[in-house]
Amino acid sequence: MQQMILQNAADQSDYVCFRIGEQDYCIDIEVVREIRGWTPATVLPHSPRYVTGVINLRGSVVAVVDLAARLGIGKTEPTPRHVVIIVAFGNQIVGLLADVVSDILGIDEAAMKPVPDVASDGAAAFISKVIALEDGRMLRKLDLAAVLPGKDQEAT
Amino acid sequence: MSVSDSLRVAFFEECEDLLMRMGEGLRRIPDEAQRNELETIHDVFRAVHSIKGGAGAFGLTVLVGFAHAFETVLDLMRSGNLHPDPATMHTLIRAYDVLSDLVAAARDGREAPEALSHLLLELDVLAEGASAPEDDEAALAFEPMKIDIFPLSGASEPTPEAGGFTIDLETSAALFAAGHEPLALFLALGELGRATITADLSDVPPLTYLDLSRPRLRWHLELETAAPETEVLSIFGFVDDLARVTVKPLQAAGGLDASGEEQPSGDTAQRQRFETVPSPARLAEVTPRTPATPAPAVLPAMTTIRVSLDRVDRLINQIGELVIMEAMLSQAISFAGLSKDDDISGSLEGIKQLAAKIQESVMAIRAQPLKSLFQRMERITREAADATQKQVRLEVFGETTEVDKTVIERLVDPLTHMIRNSVDHGIETAEQRRSAGKPAEGVITLSAAHRSGRVVIEVTDDGAGINRTKVREIAEERGLIPPAAQLSTTEIDNLLFLPGFSSKAEVSALSGRGVGLDVVRREIQSLGGRVSIQSNPGQGTGFTIALPLTLAVLEGMLIGVGKETMILPISAIIETLRPHESEIHCLGRSGRVIAKRGEMIPIIDLAQSFGFAPTDDDQRQVLILVECDSGRRAALAADQIFDQRQVVIKSLEDNYGTVPGISAATILGDGRIALIVDPEEIVQRAVADTKTLPLAVNG
Amino acid sequence: MTIRILAIDDSPTMRGLVAAALEPSGFDLHLAEDGIAGLDILDKADPHLVITDINMPRLDGFGVIEGVRASASHASVPILVLTTESGSDLKDRARRAGATGWIVKPFDDSRLIQTINRVLGL
Repeated sequence: MQQMILQNAADQSDYVCFRIGEQDYCIDIEVVREIRGWTPATVLPHSPRYVTGVINLRGSVVAVVDLAARLGIGKTEPTPRHVVIIVAFGNQIVGLLADVVSDILGIDEAAMKPVPDVASDGAAAFISKVIALEDGRMLRKLDLAAVLPGKDQEAT
Repeated sequence: MSVSDSLRVAFFEECEDLLMRMGEGLRRIPDEAQRNELETIHDVFRAVHSIKGGAGAFGLTVLVGFAHAFETVLDLMRSGNLHPDPATMHTLIRAYDVLSDLVAAARDGREAPEALSHLLLELDVLAEGASAPEDDEAALAFEPMKIDIFPLSGASEPTPEAGGFTIDLETSAALFAAGHEPLALFLALGELGRATITADLSDVPPLTYLDLSRPRLRWHLELETAAPETEVLSIFGFVDDLARVTVKPLQAAGGLDASGEEQPSGDTAQRQRFETVPSPARLAEVTPRTPATPAPAVLPAMTTIRVSLDRVDRLINQIGELVIMEAMLSQAISFAGLSKDDDISGSLEGIKQLAAKIQESVMAIRAQPLKSLFQRMERITREAADATQKQVRLEVFGETTEVDKTVIERLVDPLTHMIRNSVDHGIETAEQRRSAGKPAEGVITLSAAHRSGRVVIEVTDDGAGINRTKVREIAEERGLIPPAAQLSTTEIDNLLFLPGFSSKAEVSALSGRGVGLDVVRREIQSLGGRVSIQSNPGQGTGFTIALPLTLAVLEGMLIGVGKETMILPISAIIETLRPHESEIHCLGRSGRVIAKRGEMIPIIDLAQSFGFAPTDDDQRQVLILVECDSGRRAALAADQIFDQRQVVIKSLEDNYGTVPGISAATILGDGRIALIVDPEEIVQRAVADTKTLPLAVNG
Repeated sequence: MTIRILAIDDSPTMRGLVAAALEPSGFDLHLAEDGIAGLDILDKADPHLVITDINMPRLDGFGVIEGVRASASHASVPILVLTTESGSDLKDRARRAGATGWIVKPFDDSRLIQTINRVLGL
């Protein structure tokens, strides 16, 4: 897959940062289509546990992935204060349920570090890079390909 | 996409059109009267010619070679040296098939079809057998652009040291009439080295006597150059006999004619050229060619535009949203208690109707005639007949019937199966047919028509019909039916649609994998249509496909399943029941059936099927009787029936994937999403789960 | 001054190829899909040079040459015929009809430009 990254002079890209529980995550702004407040989703039978259901996005039917559930951190009890980040990946449009969007940061390619070999963190499978922020927080770059449900998925 | 990529795509699109015209043309040639036939042959020739030209530009040498052989034969035909008798047409149509394959292979980067060399041979035989053509020098070699070289005998190539040439140029009226420009020639020569040009005005009469149509200008050039003579001559490549050109090697040293007038003669010539255009009627050296009578286009020029399918899809989505918005508006107005207002309800009604009309028009954009599909089926029939060594022809009707473009594409496989089946199993061999008193050539009829809101496509053959005894035997053998089962003729016929059914023990010459009609049925169903089979022993078999006119809108029943709202397609519903407890019987551990007019119909609980929280109150349950295409019936248990309405189908697959038991989704008036149930799948899964399913049992 | 070229060919692919070859070099291209359309826009396009295919419906290349040579305004415009045949018979016919030169398909972009430049003296 070709990645089109807007290069600034300093080889920087913009990322949308959001929180799930106590953890900070980010994704490339290029894939983000919009950010919505949470609305109830229609349940999809036989779908994986981390798919909360489908919502109506201006006439399109879009599935919503509960990131907390997907990352193995927990299960979100969504309220209208939660956010759904709509991303376009390949030719799919999917919504990602998160607690709140915190920031849009320009991050240098050089600041992206490989994921440390910490065992027992189930979420590590879904993270492609980590970034140490100035305020001491660790920002995790989400690996969308790993997070999103493939098509034709028949789960339990 | 780069320019050359998009040009390549455009080329293959053009080939599609050209091949279609060729197919039509070739089909018409044997039928037409003498004059029309010639026009059609010209048309077919031009189509091959264009394919050849484009193919050359993209370096598709195999395609170019074959197209050239084809073109040669067509050229002979259009010049009257080859007669379109049946055998010749037979070869040409096979060649056309190979050409189509070659184009597809070139486009997809695949191997050339095997039939290629065979057909090439046949085409060559045709070409040789034709009477000697007038034009013996038909081009055979293709090279990148060459400029013709003016042959000059006796001139030897000067060695680089020799230093150059003298060139004498005497013009004629024809030279200028043909758009040539001495100045251009001089500039070109000047690129080769240093040129000194002298105009010889000795022949130019005083202005008053100047006949501007007969320029008598001569120039003498001395060109110092290291270039070889061939290059100098190549500059005059186009000029040839339009002017007198003499090129001689320059004598070293000696006198260069130093008349020093650089370009004034050129200027004069230029001025002359632009001021007086010699009347073309008096081009002395040009013999007027007998103009070809402009042939009226045989196939009508199409006033159409090509639109990318994406744009049309986007438009369709937007219209779909409009319909939803309108429903939402309607509901909001009703909630606000304003629906009694005449003005508001009148306008709302107006919007609703307008939206419906726009939707129809937009869907019509994607509608295309079935013609190209039917043409393809003609070819399938030919190939199938060849492979089974039977004589079969295809007759088509209603090929102008229009159907959504994606539907056409998805009909290719099912129709191909059906036609191959007909040829393989339906149509008898020539001898069998003759002894049955039928003409040796079997006929398959393919027809399409719009009928009561649906598109009906029929594939009928005049063959032997279904051998019901044999079918029954095989079904019993394979355990598809219990041995003592009593089946009506229709039910026996429908056995053919069961998976894995094949009435030939050995794999037939055609089917290869023995692909069954069950695949066909499933494909038609996935289009929202139904397929049925009829047969008359000794007379033939027919398939009838009924497809909905539009894919995007569904007539549905809104039902409550657990806490969810879902949609059931009306087309599958037979009736709805609120049964009395006494009508429901238990079967096995957890199965339930309802007795209805002597039939035991299995009950499938939808909430359970989908894994929704079950409702405790059985009393309130409503049963919806559905019938699948296979004839199987089931009663779907739901909690509530709300209403019946038209819904816009929204795909789940685009953004998510498939969900078992669900065909698609829709957006309700209040913006909520409701899933559309697929009764076929629900029933099939239920059947797969339970071991036995009682068929209609009497008593 | 921008050089204007009128290119006539019934194959959209061929028109595309000619345009792709010439437009980047700054030529102003006018395209037509057959002889009649080409002659129709001759005045409006006011070309410095005409490129035409031979085999076309309605009016073929020879008809184009005749028509251009018979026009009041563009009778001496250079005309290059596009042909897949390199046999001299066709060239003779073209020359007799009044063509200025020819280009054999498939053509090399740079040779096409070179030929045009030479004929126009650019």
